[in-house]
Amino acid sequence: MAARQPNEPQAQPPQDTVRSLLAELWRDRLQPSRPGSGRETSAGRVIHAALFLTATLSAFVTIGIVLVLIFETVEFFREVPFLDFFGSTKWSALFAEKQFGVWALVWGTGMIALIGLVVAIPLGLMAAVFLSEYAPPRVRAIVKPILEILAGVPTVVFGYFALVSVSPVIRDIFGQDVGIYNALSAGIVVGLMIVPIIASLSEDAMRAVPRSLREGAYALGSTRMEVSLRVVLPAAFSGVVASIILAASRAVGETMAVTIAGGGNPQFGVNPLEAVQTMTAMIVQLSLGDTPTTSIEFKVLFAVAMTLFVLTLVMNIVAQWVSRRFREEYE
Amino acid sequence: MARNFFTMMKSTAPSATEPSTAERTVAPPPPSMKQDAAAGVGVHLDPTLEAVRHDFTEEVEMALELRDVSAFYGSFQAIDRITLPVPRNRVTALIGPSGCGKSTLLRCFNRMNDLIPGARITGRIDFGGRNLVDPNVDAVEVRRRIGMVFQKPNPFPKSIYENVAFGARINGYSGDMDRLVEDSLRRAALWDEVKDELDKSGLALSGGQQQRLCIGRAIAVQPEIILMDEPASALDPVATLKIEDLMRELAEDYTIVVVTHNMQQAGRVSDYTAFLLAGEERVGRLVEFGPTQDIFTNPLDQRTEDYITGRYG
Ligand SMILES: Nc1ncnc2c1ncn2[C@@H]1O[C@H](COP(=O)(O)OP(=O)(O)OP(=O)(O)O)[C@@H](O)[C@H]1O
Ligand SMILES: [Mg+2]
Repeated sequence: MAARQPNEPQAQPPQDTVRSLLAELWRDRLQPSRPGSGRETSAGRVIHAALFLTATLSAFVTIGIVLVLIFETVEFFREVPFLDFFGSTKWSALFAEKQFGVWALVWGTGMIALIGLVVAIPLGLMAAVFLSEYAPPRVRAIVKPILEILAGVPTVVFGYFALVSVSPVIRDIFGQDVGIYNALSAGIVVGLMIVPIIASLSEDAMRAVPRSLREGAYALGSTRMEVSLRVVLPAAFSGVVASIILAASRAVGETMAVTIAGGGNPQFGVNPLEAVQTMTAMIVQLSLGDTPTTSIEFKVLFAVAMTLFVLTLVMNIVAQWVSRRFREEYE
Repeated sequence: MARNFFTMMKSTAPSATEPSTAERTVAPPPPSMKQDAAAGVGVHLDPTLEAVRHDFTEEVEMALELRDVSAFYGSFQAIDRITLPVPRNRVTALIGPSGCGKSTLLRCFNRMNDLIPGARITGRIDFGGRNLVDPNVDAVEVRRRIGMVFQKPNPFPKSIYENVAFGARINGYSGDMDRLVEDSLRRAALWDEVKDELDKSGLALSGGQQQRLCIGRAIAVQPEIILMDEPASALDPVATLKIEDLMRELAEDYTIVVVTHNMQQAGRVSDYTAFLLAGEERVGRLVEFGPTQDIFTNPLDQRTEDYITGRYG
């Protein structure tokens, strides 16, 4: 076909539906119509409906999951008293003498998340400060995507990495009687896993700090370090804290690496060199086993999942609240 | 008229069309500004660029002396060989149409242009016997001694107290911080308004208060010179008057260089005025410098007169 003339008259009525759809879409792009403005074409309506369906579908799936969690959790508490679950630190769901003290699992989760944050906060913030304040644009253009790729590494790789690389080093340092499965090793790799979250989100927050603030600080005789750490970082406080909470929530929900490297030992001790078990690892263990779906060991899975869900939900809400509450409004 | 003025900008010899209202000697600039101020001889700052300087009507020391200062952004030259004295404890106004390089020139004084990739300065800026343009001179040190207030108030998102204390802290001030903060805020004419809410965020103040906070913040570092780039252009008339009064007061202890677009403001606050202009190649050059009174009542260059009377700009 010959090249189209730019001033060719409007095409004839389209022959088939696909072409008519395309034509309408094209017209939509030329004359953007707002929903409800009465100018919407049929193709536009189809697209709108599809988008609406997709959005509502995911909302319904979420609601459905939550409902199932609630329902099964209620079932669980019909059989096990509330206090046996939330009032105890002993967990032995798979033994004959069953105990469901969820604090043992929350503790393991918290310990690993804490170790992870201790690793990730300094690394992530240093990376953020470097990328935002020091790196020349070309370096940032290379380093930032690489950092974000780290976030895409399958977590099972991190778990394996903990076993073959981190644990041996820990044993070299603390002695060979330390188990290969321990909280420290799992915590360290969880930390490495969440570094990109802190680095990337904090860097965004720091770069959003207006240039005029940096200039103001430089004009008072600040060095670049002082500008970065004493003006830009505090000015980006809300975003930085939000990134840390989101990272923590990710650490709490992390499953594969802690299941592999954490050790599967629900306990309530302060020694990070011992094996622990997180809520997520317990859920894996319970759902992989041949526990019948009517058994109490199966139902407790939902109670633990519910606890985990509420915990991460609260953390995400706090993160949002912090970033709204402490955000500075610059004109 | 406009064409005429541009050809004047480019000509290298004194043009025949220039006004004959004053005698202009084409002798080379004398070796020392101070001497020359004492002698009180009106001369061209640089005859080839046709900048004219009025007689000094007083004996005054110089805080800064610029010699042939040019500034570049990459390959673009923003200002060309500006030679200009900045009298100590006086207010010097930089005026000129938009884009003539006033901000660029001001930012040469405290090496702010260092922060812009590709920016470069040549020439000399004498400051206490040192050349500020020399890359071996520490820009951080320069900025401690030459403060700056910006066009848009830019307080830090910290408390009023911490805004003022910030500069002193990073400069290792070990004296009584409360006193320093109070003194600085008093000098910035803000103390009475904020003394009961020093913990409040600096961002919670009005625009005019924010700008005075920024002035207080600059004072707290105890600089010798304060540079102000259109410090009142974002403020309402009342706040503007406050800032102007403040500049007059501060001139007793500090040297002030202020960029302004407002002719009345330049007339009201400044002791000396430098008029800059950019030709069609957009390179800013100094046209005329002298006591504000003389520049406003008796401009020696037609272009200065045109600008001051509002014929262009
Ligand atoms: N960061 C920069 N990079 C490149 N060119 C610049 C930069 N800043 C300023 N310029 C150019 O340098 C010239 C002088 O700009 P400058 O901001 O100094 O003018 P000005 O006199 O302060 O103008 P205004 O009165 O509008 O503030 C202009 O042509 C401008 O486009
Ligand atoms: Mg400017």
